[in-house]
Amino acid sequence: MTLFLNIAVDGIAYGMILFMISVGLSVTMGLMRVVNLAHGGFALLGGTFAHWFGQELGLPFWPAALLAIVATIAVSLPLERLIYRRIYGFGDLQQVLATIGLTFLMIASVNLWQGSSLLSIPLPDSLKQSVDLGFRTLPVHRLVVIAAGLVSILGLWLLLDRTLFGIRLRAAVDNRGTASALGIDTDWIFMAAFGLGAGLAALGGILGAEILPIDAYYPVRYMVLFLIVVAVGGMGSISGSFVAALGLGTLETATRYLVPDYATIVFFTFVIILLALRPQGLLGKAHA
Amino acid sequence: MNRFISAALLAAISTAVSGAAFGDTIKVGVIAPFSGPFAIYGKQYQEAIETYVAQNGSSAGEHEIEFIYKDVGGPNPDQSRSLAQELLIRDQVDYLAGFTFTPNALAVAPLIEQSQTPTVIFNAATSSINKESDFYLRTSYTLWQVSAPLAEWAYDQGMQTAATTVTDYGPGIDAENAFKAAFEAKGGKVVDAIRMPLSTTDFTPFIQRVRDAAPDAVFTFLPGGPPTFTYTKTYNENGLADAGIKFLGTAETEEVNLQGLGDDAIGLTTAYHYSGDHDSEANAAFKSKLNELFPDAVANWASVGAYDGTHLIYQMVEAAGSDGPAAVQSALGLEWESPRGPVSMDPEARTLVQNVYIREVERDAQTGELVNREQGIIATVGDLGWTQ
Repeated sequence: MTLFLNIAVDGIAYGMILFMISVGLSVTMGLMRVVNLAHGGFALLGGTFAHWFGQELGLPFWPAALLAIVATIAVSLPLERLIYRRIYGFGDLQQVLATIGLTFLMIASVNLWQGSSLLSIPLPDSLKQSVDLGFRTLPVHRLVVIAAGLVSILGLWLLLDRTLFGIRLRAAVDNRGTASALGIDTDWIFMAAFGLGAGLAALGGILGAEILPIDAYYPVRYMVLFLIVVAVGGMGSISGSFVAALGLGTLETATRYLVPDYATIVFFTFVIILLALRPQGLLGKAHA
Repeated sequence: MNRFISAALLAAISTAVSGAAFGDTIKVGVIAPFSGPFAIYGKQYQEAIETYVAQNGSSAGEHEIEFIYKDVGGPNPDQSRSLAQELLIRDQVDYLAGFTFTPNALAVAPLIEQSQTPTVIFNAATSSINKESDFYLRTSYTLWQVSAPLAEWAYDQGMQTAATTVTDYGPGIDAENAFKAAFEAKGGKVVDAIRMPLSTTDFTPFIQRVRDAAPDAVFTFLPGGPPTFTYTKTYNENGLADAGIKFLGTAETEEVNLQGLGDDAIGLTTAYHYSGDHDSEANAAFKSKLNELFPDAVANWASVGAYDGTHLIYQMVEAAGSDGPAAVQSALGLEWESPRGPVSMDPEARTLVQNVYIREVERDAQTGELVNREQGIIATVGDLGWTQ
């Protein structure tokens, strides 16, 4: 029973971290349909800024995190204007090549600026404590990640399904020409959506840093993880990513408890079978 | 007339040959990663070599020494082999050095056997490498060398049960075997031996399993950087330290990433051959020269491995010049005072015989930095894995 509870608690906590680090990608790649391999790069920038504000300038955690997200968005907007705007029209393979090139640029820049060792983000004492769940303890920062995950999914649902911005974004993605002809400022919509994706990437990078620590090679190290969550969840579906992240987190945690030596094999076998049966992902819409 | 010509020729040749012996240049090819995720190793090797050169000059005996650096990128045996070939044939190097990863070191064995080139391994820590060629000399350590004394020490401290959690790849399994063999030989019991996938990001399940098993200690082996960071955090957050389950490790608290681990690292116990905090004149001289040349450099096992390797090359060049077999012969049994403490080259295993220190991470009162404070020497051993 304790084992079962352990798996449930750790699975959800880990799943939420997976969701937080890939939610930005489900906006840019899932929603805007640009194969944005530079997603990890924005998470890295967010984490590096947070390290710089927190560790080197000595700001407290929350203001440092907020400033880091703002700084990442500030970097992403000119990038969107100058580079991504051209990338949207490319084929899939060209998008992969262009965005992975950007990733390497970001890695090299961070390496030059902060070196290649770990960039820690100092947590406040309130987040370092552990909460007693009765049968075991759970660190507070994991509860914060769970809360942030719930707030993100709810906020995104409201934004995309219930606001004019969301409707216009979906229209612009489906048919940019028609949306533009109807008077929607698609340039602005895309830029805002891209900034949102980059900001969420930064948030995920910072909140996930306790488990997936920031260093210059962060984007390459965890790229497969982000892509799996979005692919299993289904392109174009934020709730799909959410379900996928929780499911994969629980699956991976369960295999690590029960059969640690085979954890990786079981995990990837499951992903392969699932994608073979449902290539469009759990909640993705099949494209013609 | 004919005799006169041949005599003149002989004189000319002998002048040329002896001219070569006095003031010639001996080339050393260094194969290491200088780009990509492992570039830090190449950088540290180069910094350590240049520190040694700055302290001792660029000549050994009557020979000038020149270093040629080649970038192998990462664990890439094919590339390692072709770089070695290029160095031996085109650059005509007399010595090879570097080698961070075991496969890269193994890949050059047939080449150095053929060309009889002494090859100094700065890092690659698998015992069996040196069995592949008599021209390998190692100035780092092996996993058996530090893990087995740690297990014996732990048992002597009253820890009777232990769990092992190692990353599931070559060095991790070496570490697990060494710890287990030594701990059980003493009479201890390994209650759980967990092998964690190399791609593990969340260590909570393994840590929680250890906690439920409640042994006296948990021995671990992790690749440096992110996995160590997450593991030590999870170890603290899940209250293992409070539950009296002692952390035992080896390279996990190495100096380059130590500051990044933060306060969670305080109190971690490791057994290792080098601490940047080692209190000796040789270490102080090494560190002050290193930081004078490279203000951002942090001395750790990789830099000290390269520094001692350079020392060994200088000694061999002085004794034997470019004569490979004689150079290796001259190195066997050589003793010197390294920044890590007194060392000697084991004539059989060709790995250093050195002190293994037990250390605990502390925050230094003066600098405010985290350091591996040595608590004592628990063994002075060569490669214990040689006969396994």
